[in-house]
Amino acid sequence: MREQHQIQASTTVDSSAGDRLYGATQWQLIWWQFTKHKLAVGSLVILGFFYLVAIFADFVSPHDPTKRFSQYIYAPPQRIRIVHEGKLRMPFVYGYKQSLDPKTLNRVYTIDKTKIYPIRLFAAGDSYKMWGVIDGNRHLVGTGDPNVPLFLLGTDRLGRDLLSRVIFGARISLSIGLISVFLSLFIGLILGGLAGYYGGAIDNLIQRLIEILRSMPTIPLWMGLSAAVPSNWPPLRTYFAITIVLSVVGWTTLARRVRGAFLSLREEDFVISARLAGASERRIIFTHMLPSFMSYVIVSVTMSIPQMILGETSLSFLGLGLRPPVISWGVLLREAQNLNTIAVHPWLLVPAIFVVASVLAFNFIGDGLRDAADPYSHL
Amino acid sequence: MGSYVLKRILYMIPTLLVISVITFIIIQLPPGDYLTSYIATLEQSGAMVSEAEIASLRRQYGLDQPMVVQYLQWMWKLLHGDFGMSFQWNRPVRTLIGERLGLTMVISTATLVFTWVVAIPIGIYSAMRQYSLGDYVATVIGMLGVAVPNFLLALVIMYFAYTRFGLNITGLFSREMAAAPWSVAKFVDMLKHIWAPVIVVGMAGTAQLIRIMRAGLLDELGKPYVEAARAKGIPERRLIFKYPVRLAINPLVSTIGWSLPGIISGETIVSVVLSLETTGPLLLRALLSQDMYLAGSFILMLSLLTVIGTLISDILLALLDPRIRYE
Repeated sequence: MREQHQIQASTTVDSSAGDRLYGATQWQLIWWQFTKHKLAVGSLVILGFFYLVAIFADFVSPHDPTKRFSQYIYAPPQRIRIVHEGKLRMPFVYGYKQSLDPKTLNRVYTIDKTKIYPIRLFAAGDSYKMWGVIDGNRHLVGTGDPNVPLFLLGTDRLGRDLLSRVIFGARISLSIGLISVFLSLFIGLILGGLAGYYGGAIDNLIQRLIEILRSMPTIPLWMGLSAAVPSNWPPLRTYFAITIVLSVVGWTTLARRVRGAFLSLREEDFVISARLAGASERRIIFTHMLPSFMSYVIVSVTMSIPQMILGETSLSFLGLGLRPPVISWGVLLREAQNLNTIAVHPWLLVPAIFVVASVLAFNFIGDGLRDAADPYSHL
Repeated sequence: MGSYVLKRILYMIPTLLVISVITFIIIQLPPGDYLTSYIATLEQSGAMVSEAEIASLRRQYGLDQPMVVQYLQWMWKLLHGDFGMSFQWNRPVRTLIGERLGLTMVISTATLVFTWVVAIPIGIYSAMRQYSLGDYVATVIGMLGVAVPNFLLALVIMYFAYTRFGLNITGLFSREMAAAPWSVAKFVDMLKHIWAPVIVVGMAGTAQLIRIMRAGLLDELGKPYVEAARAKGIPERRLIFKYPVRLAINPLVSTIGWSLPGIISGETIVSVVLSLETTGPLLLRALLSQDMYLAGSFILMLSLLTVIGTLISDILLALLDPRIRYE
């Protein structure tokens, strides 16, 4: 009796949830399913934060990323402190004291406890022109004086603030992945769609091309192509050239997915009935087929972005991708290329943490989306 | 079986042709040609080059011919083992490539073996003890292995080996062995150094293989024949290794071909970081100085390696799984 009661209770819950489910659109269902994947949601939050920081880089970064503090070359990261001589204070950093190591002739930085620089929010600092439009000199955090050192991640070879550079690098590194993926998607949709929809000789040709491109080792291929980008090109043109180089290989994955989706959908009942009802090819593709595999395409796109980010980082690291004065995470990591540098200045490896974090986040989001992409399979 | 192998080999020919065209395009892409750079080097060293000399050089190298003819000439020479000259080193490309390509092959093969030896047992363990602590650890390592670019892993390992153990893991040979001719001692010396690049390059591949192995075995473990065998009283260990594991390894064999481009790709960039005497650093230097014949030959040879590797893996798969031969 009790058991029966329980069963009844659970079915009523199901049916009320069912009403909500039946009324929901496909995208709502995907979203609900996606939110069940905690890691993916967390990753989405982190990535959203990264992109926000990248968009407002001028405001968020404590210093101008190109400004050289010639007195503070290879300064180690400062720690944010709240205790000074046993007393609690508002957050602050200590200044640096420099000396020369008599043996290695390296600069040695020690904490100078007599200099206290409180950290202020919305402090005045280096002036900037955000997005080339908005003038300002307020920074999210700062000491109030642009010439006072605030190096939370240390400085590089020329005494530039690494945190500011990482923030500005995010702009390039995170956007180049998106742009390359959209370029790849564009090529992949067209060629993959052609192959999947028409089949036959076209399909065969495109398939072979994909196979050949995939059988070539990617990095040497990318290296060869990007070495052809003239070094005297302006940064913006180099940037787009690199996105094209990355897409040369990137489109193959997307084209394969699109082709697969087209092939399986072509035989679906609703497509056949649309054709029997006399719908035009265009209408069948765009109204009936496209919405059905859009979610798969989005999953593939999300999964491809990390490859692009890693590609840019690797190429710039080798000196074949973006070049200074452009700031990207790969360009920053180029500073950490040899053992001597990183053994003495390990903080130069910090940009790597952001590369790995964003790649992981994209992967987790991709996983979550893949599980959610076909919401009807879970009902 | 014979006809299958023959078909696969014939299949390789168009692939290699397209790859050679792509390589030729890469060689031709940078502005100017071999001669422009050559003349620039000559003028830098103080020599005067007259217009007539340039024209005769241009004719000598066939640079006045149309692109297609140049490509055919280049191919013709390639097929006769002439890879052209490296103007940076002023030596035939062939002698420069030889030994370095050998070391690349050594590292790639060792990496392949490493990924298998590590990934299969871990994959089996993860599937057998699904959702155990060990399984989670393997999953996390797998995630990181895919997300951390291998040049970065090389940097980090290099950093820790140096700061924690005082080890310098760059290079493939100790200083006194680097120039020595090949001997047993040199080989042993190489074995002492090769572990670092092998782990670094193999990390991403291992992570992927663990995932495939785990998923494949999990699929098999749920099947009725396993249940039936278990009901008949076959000892668990023997049961697992005799049937499901063998089936789950199949997709691994078929992915060897795909993993090779990844391994050679990773090897190229890791070699630059760890300054190994393989193709990577030389390719990078050739590209940076636009020594295009050298760079092109490297790209071509590396692609050839992967294509041959894929062929071998396809044949292996056909030996292992008879169904493929008849498709």
